[in-house]
Amino acid sequence: MKVHHFLARARFPSLLEALVEAGYEVIGPRVRDHAIVFEPLTTVEQFPRGIIDEQAPGHYRLRRTESGRLFDWATGPQAIKPLTFAPRETLWRSERQPDGRLVFREQPPEAQPTAVIGVRACDLAALSVHDRHFLHDAHPDPHYRERRRNLFLVAVNCLRSAATCFCTATGDGPRVQHGFDLALSELDDGFVVEAHSQQGQAILNALETTPATHDQLEQVEAGLERASDQQTRRLPEGSVPEMLQAAVEHPHWQSLNDRCLTCGNCTAVCPTCFCQTHVDDLSLDGQTASHGRQWASCFDPDHSTIHGTVIRAERPQRYRQWLTHKFGTWVEQYGRSGCVGCGRCIAWCPVGIDVTEELDALSIAPDDAPSRAPDGEERS
Amino acid sequence: MTGALVPFEAEVVGRKDETPDMFSLQLRFTDPEVQAAYRFSMGQFNMLCLPGMGEVPISIVSDPDEREMIDHTIRKLGSITRNLGQLRVGDRLGLRGPYGRGWPTEAAEGTDLVIVTGGLGCAPSVSLIEYVLHRRGRYGRLHIIQGVKHSNDLIWRDRYDAWRQHPDVEVYLTADTGDALWPWHVGPVTQFFERIDFDPGRCSVFICGPEGMMRAVIKAMRKRQVPDERIWLSMERNMHCAIGSCGRCQLGPKFVCRDGPVFTCRELAPYLSHRGV
Repeated sequence: MKVHHFLARARFPSLLEALVEAGYEVIGPRVRDHAIVFEPLTTVEQFPRGIIDEQAPGHYRLRRTESGRLFDWATGPQAIKPLTFAPRETLWRSERQPDGRLVFREQPPEAQPTAVIGVRACDLAALSVHDRHFLHDAHPDPHYRERRRNLFLVAVNCLRSAATCFCTATGDGPRVQHGFDLALSELDDGFVVEAHSQQGQAILNALETTPATHDQLEQVEAGLERASDQQTRRLPEGSVPEMLQAAVEHPHWQSLNDRCLTCGNCTAVCPTCFCQTHVDDLSLDGQTASHGRQWASCFDPDHSTIHGTVIRAERPQRYRQWLTHKFGTWVEQYGRSGCVGCGRCIAWCPVGIDVTEELDALSIAPDDAPSRAPDGEERS
Repeated sequence: MTGALVPFEAEVVGRKDETPDMFSLQLRFTDPEVQAAYRFSMGQFNMLCLPGMGEVPISIVSDPDEREMIDHTIRKLGSITRNLGQLRVGDRLGLRGPYGRGWPTEAAEGTDLVIVTGGLGCAPSVSLIEYVLHRRGRYGRLHIIQGVKHSNDLIWRDRYDAWRQHPDVEVYLTADTGDALWPWHVGPVTQFFERIDFDPGRCSVFICGPEGMMRAVIKAMRKRQVPDERIWLSMERNMHCAIGSCGRCQLGPKFVCRDGPVFTCRELAPYLSHRGV
């Protein structure tokens, strides 16, 4: 049976010290620009003590409370995606020799051992989705692999949900389930800690803990149950991929034309979106060049442009691509939905479009829906 | 190990202007080991790279048994292809590949072939036809159907004449608009499908061209009882990585670069009938 430990609040700094001692750069939640972001930190004072997040469609505000807890916030805009899938990075460089020959040199993957404190169940689920995309294919991505290998993950069980959270509906939270090294559950006077890997156990051994009491474990369970109960958003019953497949020509998509700004915020904050643009730079003398990639969004018309024609030229078509990929075709590609229920796309959408509401609307068959054309045949 | 996204240096060993806006490049990897290890199948593509400008996916049009060089026929459509057109013999560029799943040339053996091309100068289908004719005995009857917008758009006229000379080969040419000297048909490619002589129960239909034409051909082939899994389509989408990572070429659940560019109609039917998918 798994042993749970208790780390008194006063001893929390020893976790940071143990991670630094083990050679990790420590990254954790900090408040910047009125949001929780993951950034390097060195002291406990830099954690968002007593800060909670109020989230709603198109709404994200931090509020200070009297609580002494460090992890009462639910999610920031970032997840940990930027730590493994870099927003912009160079893949190779080339040099033209005086005799006209070209030399291509791979940019070696670089990564420092990095410990992230405060990773949520939804973030872990998203990471495992990205592992499938970037690692489990014929061409594992060396840059992603190197950063991933160097990550030490200190997960935190969510004992409070934001109003936008719906990880219970996707089955990804609020309890952290797999893919972490240490897990913390925060109580008023300290943390219940469990190790889930050898590296995690080594760090745990370096901490001065006491066995967690039955009462402490019950408090954690109650907190997790409370976090689940706080979630009100749900996904449609039945197979969402099948529903979306049947709804390709649903008239509801057209309503997005008046709401969606195609700004791409949802794809930027989504912890599983992986689309990329490859970019090339040339030195002023034209002799050296570099080739890199950066995050891209399927809301950008250029995303689908071929021979000057935009395949998804209309806004509703781009929104449809995003939603049907995330909740539908993703399942065929990766064996699960691309949504982990973090709710970021709802909070960070400037006009408050709520994916759960859109899915609901699409799951209701329209009365005046045109009969579906036989597959592969032109509609008249 | 070098990452899959890093090109190798290649040299232009031959070039030819096909039309004012189309040209062919013969390439060879400068590292003999890379060239010796390079294998591809019909319908696959390479990424051609001009450092500092970018990469473009281009179909391979040489014969897979030709091991000394790799041919590409390229249309000048954007800045990279226009600059590729400036290359001369001896010039260097980046090359990586091959990528994707090509035409099912083995699965098609022993069957009648119907190769339908729309649009002008669809080089991949021309090379597929040459491939079949070099292995004539392995395939049944061959029907080549080529549609163009205007009669002036038909390039490689001499090849069509040469193909007709082969036994059991029928060539049908049609233009949406023909001029006075256009000796062949006018109208859509589908006009031939009711009368061409092939065995619908034992055939392979290969389609390359605009998606609107594909839909029309599929409809006509279904009418002749050709099952969807015997109809193959070569698709085009925006691609940056060619290895199923950048996400740009998605078509339903498929990554065109990795799962295609050649698909069976059965795989794509749910997506072909909708605009903007």
